[in-house]
Amino acid sequence: MSDYVPSIGLEVHVQLKTRTKMFCACPAHEEGTPNVAVCPVCLGLPGALPTMNREAIRKTVKVGLMIGSEISLRSTFDRKNYFYPDMPKNFQISQQAAPLCIGGSVEIEVGGQKKTIRVNHIHQEEDAAKITHLENSSEIDYNRASTPLMELVTEPDMSSPDEAIAFLTALKEMLVYAGISDCNLELGHVRCDVNSSVRPAGTDKLGVKCEIKNMNTFKGIHRALEYELERQMETLRAGGKLTQETRRWDDVAGVTLPMRSKEYAHDYRYFPEPDLPPVTLDAATVEAWRAELPELPAAKRARFIRDYGLPEYDAGVLTADPAIAGYFEATAQKSQNFKAVSNWVMGELLRALGEKGETIADAKIAPEALAALIALVDAKTINMPAAKEVFQILFDRGGEPAAIVKEKGLAQVSDTGAIDGFAEQAIAANEKVAAEFRGGKEAALMFLVGQVMKLSRGKANPQLAADALRRKLQG
Amino acid sequence: MAMKFSENADRMDARYVAGLARMALSDAEAAQLQGQLDDILAFIGELKQLDVSGVEATDVATEARNAWREDVPEAGLARDVALANAPLARHEQFAVPKVIE
Repeated sequence: MSDYVPSIGLEVHVQLKTRTKMFCACPAHEEGTPNVAVCPVCLGLPGALPTMNREAIRKTVKVGLMIGSEISLRSTFDRKNYFYPDMPKNFQISQQAAPLCIGGSVEIEVGGQKKTIRVNHIHQEEDAAKITHLENSSEIDYNRASTPLMELVTEPDMSSPDEAIAFLTALKEMLVYAGISDCNLELGHVRCDVNSSVRPAGTDKLGVKCEIKNMNTFKGIHRALEYELERQMETLRAGGKLTQETRRWDDVAGVTLPMRSKEYAHDYRYFPEPDLPPVTLDAATVEAWRAELPELPAAKRARFIRDYGLPEYDAGVLTADPAIAGYFEATAQKSQNFKAVSNWVMGELLRALGEKGETIADAKIAPEALAALIALVDAKTINMPAAKEVFQILFDRGGEPAAIVKEKGLAQVSDTGAIDGFAEQAIAANEKVAAEFRGGKEAALMFLVGQVMKLSRGKANPQLAADALRRKLQG
Repeated sequence: MAMKFSENADRMDARYVAGLARMALSDAEAAQLQGQLDDILAFIGELKQLDVSGVEATDVATEARNAWREDVPEAGLARDVALANAPLARHEQFAVPKVIE
């Protein structure tokens, strides 16, 4: 396919969903008003001592357990030194020598091809402050400083932008499922450094690596990688040489550019953090945390296919959001018709939620009501257009489907006497079409069924209407 | 920029380190600090001569483990108190000389 093979590795930083910061008890995730969640520790004031947020450690360990990492029963913190006003201590507390989780892997699927992406390690660290560059000064809000972060570092196992996005999507899905992070990209919960290189096809040695720093949208990552891989290949094809460098993505221009050396001239000089003793975990605690893990998306998809007999597509849509999956299961428990439940949830429900910009938690239609609605359709009490009308009412204000059907007079007319009457009226009013049908034009019948539906104001059972018309026209 | 160093280098450039810390050094200060850095590294070099092959590595000197804290928020500093120490504050934020061009 190509003369060069790309290798992509990701460093994914994820803000953990905790109430407090990593190393102090200030509230985490304080947005809006600047500098209202600060204390001597996260401001880096002299003499302040960090303490570890146990919940953050628990969440990072749970990520490790989900991807099959080896959990370090003893891990340590290190100082990563750099001088930038977003880090008031002049170092970030991170883990280098002995991170919390070692190894692991994530399964991805692109174009029907399954692939295993290996993870090198996951470590615990703290976020930097938010910095705004103005005309003549830079202003800093330390609310975000020391927000718990986990950094997951993959091996360079991805070979296309699509695979990189598939990895991030699978990871995000797991993290949301397990309540590790909300993974809201707009709020900067997930940020990536993207490493890439290309090597001549048929060779093993990785090419010269370029790192694109601080990417915060999946779309941006895809575009940046497409550009960057092409740039590297073009350079080599033209006989040029690549240098290992740090680049940034210019989203407007659609190009990656080398960062000025000043922006990343760091010499991190890691050394053990003397203010924090090692983290030690016992195997029983780790096992207890493992027991708290929810069913993961891949397992849930497999179960939906097996237990509810759903197509793979349905299982994928329904399990993409754990809340939707839960709603489906709650409804399916009250219903005999799993495929119909799936169709209603994937179709009408997701559409209606999308239109209102609501989540399933806001939905007024109870799972029992949806199940009852499906039963009314299956019993032919109402037809599909009427069912959709009832659905909309249930969605807007809740309630009980049978009562709404009665109130709105939506019950399907299956009374053959009434339908016969409508059929006679339709034929009488459309003699020409009736004649066409008698002359062998089968499609003409559909027009007449439409007329019966109209006369019955949508309530006739269409199958019975067709039968009645056929009897009268052929009789 | 001047000579770099790594953790294993036996010499450290005082001006390079000062550059990373955005500190301006006079020639006299640079010379004095360079001398001190050289002395410190020479001492470390002496320590490196010792045979420690039979000694288990120590990353902490105390027996303390797990400086845990439960995930319960507490009030920190009031904003005006926090900003009082800043050389310059604007828009309720800490203001510093612009750090990118």
